[in-house]
Amino acid sequence: MLDLYTRRRLTNALSLGISVLAMLFGLFWLGWILWTLLEHGLPGLGAHVFTQTTPAPGSSGGLINAIFGSVMMTSVAVLIGTPIGILAGTYLAEFGQRGWLAPLTRFINDILLSAPSIVIGLFVYEVYVVKVGHFAGWGGALALSIIVIPVVIRTTENMLRLIPNSLREAAAAIGAPQWKIITFVTLRAARAGILTGILLAIARISGETAPLLFTSLNNQFWSSNMNQPMANLPVVIFQFAMSPYEDWHSLAWAGALLITMSVLTLNIVARVLFRQKTNSQ
Amino acid sequence: MSAEQIISAPKLIVRDLNFYYGADRALKDINLVIPEKMVTAFIGPSGCGKSTLLRTFNRMYQLYPKQRATGEILMDGQNLLDKKQDLNNLRAKVGMVFQKPTPFPMSIYDNIAFGVKLYENLSRHDMDARVEWALKKAALWNEVKDKMKQSGTGLSGGQQQRLCIARAIAVKPQVLLLDEPTSALDPISTAHIEKLIDELKKDFTIVIVTHNMQQAARVSDFTAYMYLGDLIEFGDTSTVFTNPKRKETEDYITGRFG
Amino acid sequence: MPNLLREASHKRQTVFDLLFRNLTRLAAFAVLALLAAIIGSLIVGRLIPIVGTLVTSGIALLIAIPVSFGIAIFLTELSPRWLRRPLGIAVELLAGIPSIIYGMWGLFIFAPLFADHVEPWLNDHIGTWPLLGPFFSGPPMGIGMLTAGIILAIMVIPFIASVMRDVFDVVPTMLKESAYGLGATTWEVMWNVVLPYTKIGVVGGIMLGLGRALGETMAVTFVIGNAHELHQSLLMPGNSISSALANEFTEAVGDLYTSSLIELGLILFFITFVVLSLARFMLYRLAKGEGQGA
Repeated sequence: MLDLYTRRRLTNALSLGISVLAMLFGLFWLGWILWTLLEHGLPGLGAHVFTQTTPAPGSSGGLINAIFGSVMMTSVAVLIGTPIGILAGTYLAEFGQRGWLAPLTRFINDILLSAPSIVIGLFVYEVYVVKVGHFAGWGGALALSIIVIPVVIRTTENMLRLIPNSLREAAAAIGAPQWKIITFVTLRAARAGILTGILLAIARISGETAPLLFTSLNNQFWSSNMNQPMANLPVVIFQFAMSPYEDWHSLAWAGALLITMSVLTLNIVARVLFRQKTNSQ
Repeated sequence: MSAEQIISAPKLIVRDLNFYYGADRALKDINLVIPEKMVTAFIGPSGCGKSTLLRTFNRMYQLYPKQRATGEILMDGQNLLDKKQDLNNLRAKVGMVFQKPTPFPMSIYDNIAFGVKLYENLSRHDMDARVEWALKKAALWNEVKDKMKQSGTGLSGGQQQRLCIARAIAVKPQVLLLDEPTSALDPISTAHIEKLIDELKKDFTIVIVTHNMQQAARVSDFTAYMYLGDLIEFGDTSTVFTNPKRKETEDYITGRFG
Repeated sequence: MPNLLREASHKRQTVFDLLFRNLTRLAAFAVLALLAAIIGSLIVGRLIPIVGTLVTSGIALLIAIPVSFGIAIFLTELSPRWLRRPLGIAVELLAGIPSIIYGMWGLFIFAPLFADHVEPWLNDHIGTWPLLGPFFSGPPMGIGMLTAGIILAIMVIPFIASVMRDVFDVVPTMLKESAYGLGATTWEVMWNVVLPYTKIGVVGGIMLGLGRALGETMAVTFVIGNAHELHQSLLMPGNSISSALANEFTEAVGDLYTSSLIELGLILFFITFVVLSLARFMLYRLAKGEGQGA
């Protein structure tokens, strides 16, 4: 029987050791997944990926139509989502001190922030795809924009709250009206932070698959018509990976590597940007 | 007459103590003796190092990677700063109470039992007795004896601080460090605590940091005046307050500075 | 005589009391039964994906909670200062990897290894135990409920860990120092002081992770096996709400008769809405308490 003190020290050493193992456990999966992507994705990554469209099984091809579709839908989603997000975030931070609207919006927004994206896909399917009668790129962009909005709202509000009140007071003291204070002073002071939020939102939607399955679906050919089903990287990866064909698998890995690298780069750039901003303050 | 001669029974002997926050030297060659079962007060303007000095006595600074101390602090002939000195045992012998009350998020009873359980395997009955003893020592028993199962965070500020004192003495330490224990309290609670300090010095060696000079004069037997990391003057409280040897001390005490 | 009368009437009153009380209780039960019937009618025929969703999410939490707690302790208490930021970013990057990547990796890399090395072992060892055994026996196929649960765990670990780290950072330094000041070890400070202090926020973080696991689609779709049947063994393929949606929608291209699937989506939305609301409510409460404490 160990005495109380030795037992305490052993418990401590043991649990802290387990905590170190837990950290390594987490890092291990990150390392393993990244390694796998490089191992399987790099061999398939060549010029053809960026010049040819998705092939039929057995023939050669690339991913250019999927990359183009992803870029198109992501851009439209950001164009729709960002203004709404910034305006709503501004309302919450600058005008939402009293009343019921702001707390309710904040609550719903926080739920939307982590709501399953498949549900958002179903929603757009019901309100858009069913109405127009076919899958279309616009639907995909709409679904993605619904994912963008809460992310932008959250970061805009957080960033505006970091702006010291003395700055607003200084602007008000020279007689500026409120809309000018907000657009020219506070939003401007917070712009690096808001940009961070937009980058994180882009990172978030560039890998989203589930909502696109129900909205834009896929298109085997080059198409820039947003009114038609549109190819996009995540759904192509999904369909190619689930297929039995070896050359489709290879393209799926190349696409997976592309997506992951751009998502991780966006994440890191956003963090560096935000850090520079906070350091310079 | 040096301080060492005044004090017949030293509890802590500080020798050539230096303290660094990274590259900043916050304590400069401190030499000091803390007498046993007396109250010693550290006074001085903000940033003079009085809290830093206090926190070397239980090596609280060790939680922070860039802080370190050199020199010696002897307690019963053992150097507390020795790397081999076991931290948990040291902290069982040197208790501490902070500026703000810090009740743990558990019941009043468990707040006190928590520390005791770290060192002793007491039966239910003995633990009850120990908790009651500590609460009585801290002059809190009568106020809480009917709500031992309630959360410690529900007490008033003054009661919370006495709970923290009870928690510290329940472990039966030899030295009790008080870091501005009344700075967050109202005058009535402050008076309670000061009276309590007077009681506690029968059993414990007490070191108190305070920014309130009247408090130092009221509760302490010995006073150390510090300024910018130097120990300017140390002596028995009545001498330091009525007949300081150094001009800096006199300026501070008479309010011409600080 | 009047005494006797009074007694009789008293007895009658007691009987009435009893009857009345049970009548009200019956009515209360009827309301509950109504709710159960409504939920039941929604569930009937969709039991397999609902059970699949709950089981995979349960496995995920079982693994993710202790690991996340360990990571959060490491990040707040143990890690050297210079490592804290890079490690924090690494954890957040793990959260940033798109779920389809987890799915692909799970299907092509993890599942085969799992089938070759782990599942036979589970069969031989735990599979023979009296109570747990049936859950861990069956052909080692790699894909199935257990694999889906493990992949989900890896996905939700970063979410739970970063919420835990954030709420642990909220704990006042002085409170931690008080516990250290009594001579408590790091583990005792975390377990007895920090965790109780932040328990609302920690539970909120876990619920957030649960919300994520319940609604996760792609990672699960790849590895769960998409079998529309219910097995006791966790090694067998199953189905979850979201993967049923993803699969059956793609197979039903052009066929717009999908109201049954939409209803399934509604159930998923309802479950995650409740879980996420609870999570947010708890995190708000912690944030509020922090404001009052200061």
